[in-house]
Amino acid sequence: MGALRRRFRSWAGDPRFAVPGAGLLFGLMALPLMGPRRAAAVAAGVVALRLIALARLPERWHPVRGAGRAVERMRGVLPEPPPWVRAAVPWLFVGALAALSFALDPYTLDVATTAGIYALLALGLNVVVGMAGLLVLGFAAFYAVGAYTYALLNTQFHLGFWVCLPVGGALAALFGLLLGLPTLRLRGDYLAIVTLGFGEITRITLNNWDTVTNGPNGILGIAPPSLFGHPFVHPRHYFLLALAFVAASAFLLRRLDRSRIGRAWVAMREDETAAEAMGLPTLRLKLLAFAMAAFWGGVAGVFFAGKQLFVSPESFNFLESVMVLCMVVLGGMGSVPGAVLGALLLSFLPEVLRGVDQYRLLAFGAAMVLMMRYRPSGLWPEIHRYHEVEEGRRG
Amino acid sequence: MSVGGAQFAQQVVNGLAVGSVYALIALGYTMVYGIIELINFAHGEIYMIGAYIGTLAVAGLLALGVPLLPALGAALLAAAALTSLYGAATERLAYRPLRGSSRLAPLISALGMSIFFQQFVLLSQGAKDKIFPVEISSGGFSAGAVKVSYIQTAILAVAACLMVALDQFVRRTRMGRAMRCMAQDPVMASLVGVPVHGVVSLTFLIGSAMAAVAGFLIALYYGKVNYLVGYIAGLKAFVAAVLGGIGNIPGAMLGGLLLGVVESLAAGYIGGEYKDVVAFAILVVVLIVRPAGLLGARLPEKV
Repeated sequence: MGALRRRFRSWAGDPRFAVPGAGLLFGLMALPLMGPRRAAAVAAGVVALRLIALARLPERWHPVRGAGRAVERMRGVLPEPPPWVRAAVPWLFVGALAALSFALDPYTLDVATTAGIYALLALGLNVVVGMAGLLVLGFAAFYAVGAYTYALLNTQFHLGFWVCLPVGGALAALFGLLLGLPTLRLRGDYLAIVTLGFGEITRITLNNWDTVTNGPNGILGIAPPSLFGHPFVHPRHYFLLALAFVAASAFLLRRLDRSRIGRAWVAMREDETAAEAMGLPTLRLKLLAFAMAAFWGGVAGVFFAGKQLFVSPESFNFLESVMVLCMVVLGGMGSVPGAVLGALLLSFLPEVLRGVDQYRLLAFGAAMVLMMRYRPSGLWPEIHRYHEVEEGRRG
Repeated sequence: MSVGGAQFAQQVVNGLAVGSVYALIALGYTMVYGIIELINFAHGEIYMIGAYIGTLAVAGLLALGVPLLPALGAALLAAAALTSLYGAATERLAYRPLRGSSRLAPLISALGMSIFFQQFVLLSQGAKDKIFPVEISSGGFSAGAVKVSYIQTAILAVAACLMVALDQFVRRTRMGRAMRCMAQDPVMASLVGVPVHGVVSLTFLIGSAMAAVAGFLIALYYGKVNYLVGYIAGLKAFVAAVLGGIGNIPGAMLGGLLLGVVESLAAGYIGGEYKDVVAFAILVVVLIVRPAGLLGARLPEKV
């Protein structure tokens, strides 16, 4: 028995056996679901990947790490600019986008507006997941609260967009507090599941509470927002509004990140026990992060309802929460520009990859795993996390 | 027995059958959590893959002319064996490289695996329900107005056998002892020579095999599977594991049965559409009132 085990160990360590063995194993796993021909392709692919891994290619060729390094190089090429230039660049970028919007066709503007809504959501989720380190999987619930607030207040009481915007945000924040109060004492992974459950409960309730939400049929006939008496009619109007929202949010959240509260969140995220020992009110900080994230989710929801002019429970399912989380993870947890970058990438990617659209979610799932494995700090990392994670791995 | 009493008893029986399936899935969650403190989000998808492989295997074996009962048995074993490979591969590729990183990383990785598996089955098998190739006759035993179908009996029997076997395995074998050792203190376990990676792989193999059996039984029970079943079943099983006390094997069994019964009663007396809400409500209440679960010991958080 012992001899057999030793022989198996030496086989498992020997690439001559281990590489075809891995191919065979994965081929066998794929066989019942994919059929013989595609299972053979899977086996061949696994063997190829194992061989590439054996070849120890330089890091810049690595699909995930290489992409991250490329972003860094791009940033590294630029000389360190004086502070006022650094401060001006984002605003110039926003101005350029606003100017560009007059040259773009309505379809592109519409996609860009949707990307803006996702950027708002990602910025909000980034507060709670990235900065405070609390995994929330039911973020779509807050989004739904905002959207339904505007939909109901507008169709029932004829309240305008600008009144509903703070109301929707505040209601979502209240929801966040109500959810947070009993659950934030839990450990991180329990919190993830509870928020997931909360998201599902919200969706099921919206689906079944026919008298108020009109059930799965949703609410039609929401009035578009208007500014100084001019209603929004062209996609460009929405795009400019989204741009303004994202720019203002990114600015505010960046300031918040570097404030006393932001630093307290980072301390809590890195070591809660130590943070508490240093006198940080961790429960209150968590509640604040929750409410803040929920507020942004609610605002994004109001905007969404004002853009679509129709809301239904289907828009707020679990997959939506996952999408937003994916954006935050891809961009870099805790990084404000990263959240925006992630949202833009994942919103425009399906437009670019038209023909292979059905593989999109498959790729998202794989990307989440690969990012965590090879570049956990994201494409545009927050600086503390970058030093801690990436440097730590190399050092 | 009064009509109301009979209806109640019938709901309890139905609940026990579904609940023992939850319990089988919950065992996988609880074993993995006990050893590496990870919520394996992809576990529900492993269950779904087990159901698919089982269904496809039965269809294949019947097409080869194998008689029904041997075909069912062989398909069950094949599903358990292949699906356990999926579980172990998930651990090897998505969780093991992340050990020692932040708490959030493996959770997100697990979520990614879950989406990947769901889409993998959607793309390879299609979005339509996969119909189980044979319809098992609806006959069964009856006591008064309460009916227990053959499939329900089979589910209860198989689940009970597996639970007893697992319990004996964990208590009496060398590997079982190594697992308990890891659960207590992984660092110390590795210092005294427990093959840490091997034990974790074995845990995933066993947990996934159990989930596959659960998936096969449910496919048999409802007569169809869909690529979406893993998500909700995985959540329910997680609730069951938390209800019993996560990390606690008898707790997972108890939690699964209890959840099945409560849910079945809620569906019978409140209405089917809020069935899923009941499970989540139980989760929230348990986590607030008794986070350690029914059978879990109150432990201080490890620092």
